[in-house]
Amino acid sequence: MLCFEKRGGKLVVYLEGELDHNTAAGMRAEIDNQLRDRSVMDLIIDMGGVTFMDSSGIGLVLGRYKLMSRRGGRVRLSRPGARVDRLMGLSGVYDLVEKQS
Amino acid sequence: MAISNEIRVDFPSLGENEGFARLVISAFLLPLDPTVEELADVKTAVSEAVTNAIVHGYAQRRGTVRLHAFLYDDNTLRVDVIDNGCGIADVEQARKPFFSTMAAQERSGMGFTIIESFMDNTEVFSQPGKGTTVRMTKKIGASAQLRDVHAL
Repeated sequence: MLCFEKRGGKLVVYLEGELDHNTAAGMRAEIDNQLRDRSVMDLIIDMGGVTFMDSSGIGLVLGRYKLMSRRGGRVRLSRPGARVDRLMGLSGVYDLVEKQS
Repeated sequence: MAISNEIRVDFPSLGENEGFARLVISAFLLPLDPTVEELADVKTAVSEAVTNAIVHGYAQRRGTVRLHAFLYDDNTLRVDVIDNGCGIADVEQARKPFFSTMAAQERSGMGFTIIESFMDNTEVFSQPGKGTTVRMTKKIGASAQLRDVHAL
């Protein structure tokens, strides 16, 4: 179970633990369930609790980016660790998704 | 180069075994006293290769994934991730960044690119209908040796 925080049109999701192909499916379903609320225009994905991530994390973030773009919203990444940051940079995610300082 | 240690682990192509494979390779590597960075590089690369075997190799059926790892006496790690799945017709294309046959499932197409950037050397052997072997090598302690040289 992921933790969410919703205020106005802003939704923060706190990802936790290991993010691989196996765990990404559940996380994706939980986030998308929250995004059924069409008033959410600003999705913040908090990576502070992620202990491992492979390319499945890239797919998860880019997938949410596509979803939010379609409704004219945006996605931001918050608190990526050094490893997560490197993978996101390597794959060009930051060209599309802003890193929140 | 002589082999100083070797493990071979076979497991079914289940998603939960992605994490298991990372644990196995971490435990195998720990006696070499890798840096946090080296350990994370290897874990990520193995995770990508095992995921590829499960998601692509055995997309249509259950099969066995083999994790075969060797340590050589010069501290080089070699990991072979082997499946007997559907194989890859065009390996060169599959290795390109952002190439994915499963975009709908949100596969980013970055797996091979990540393996290549985190390991020293990567080879892919594949035959359609027979399966795929991803062979990765990485010298452990290379950065520590460099530090020692600078300290002199």
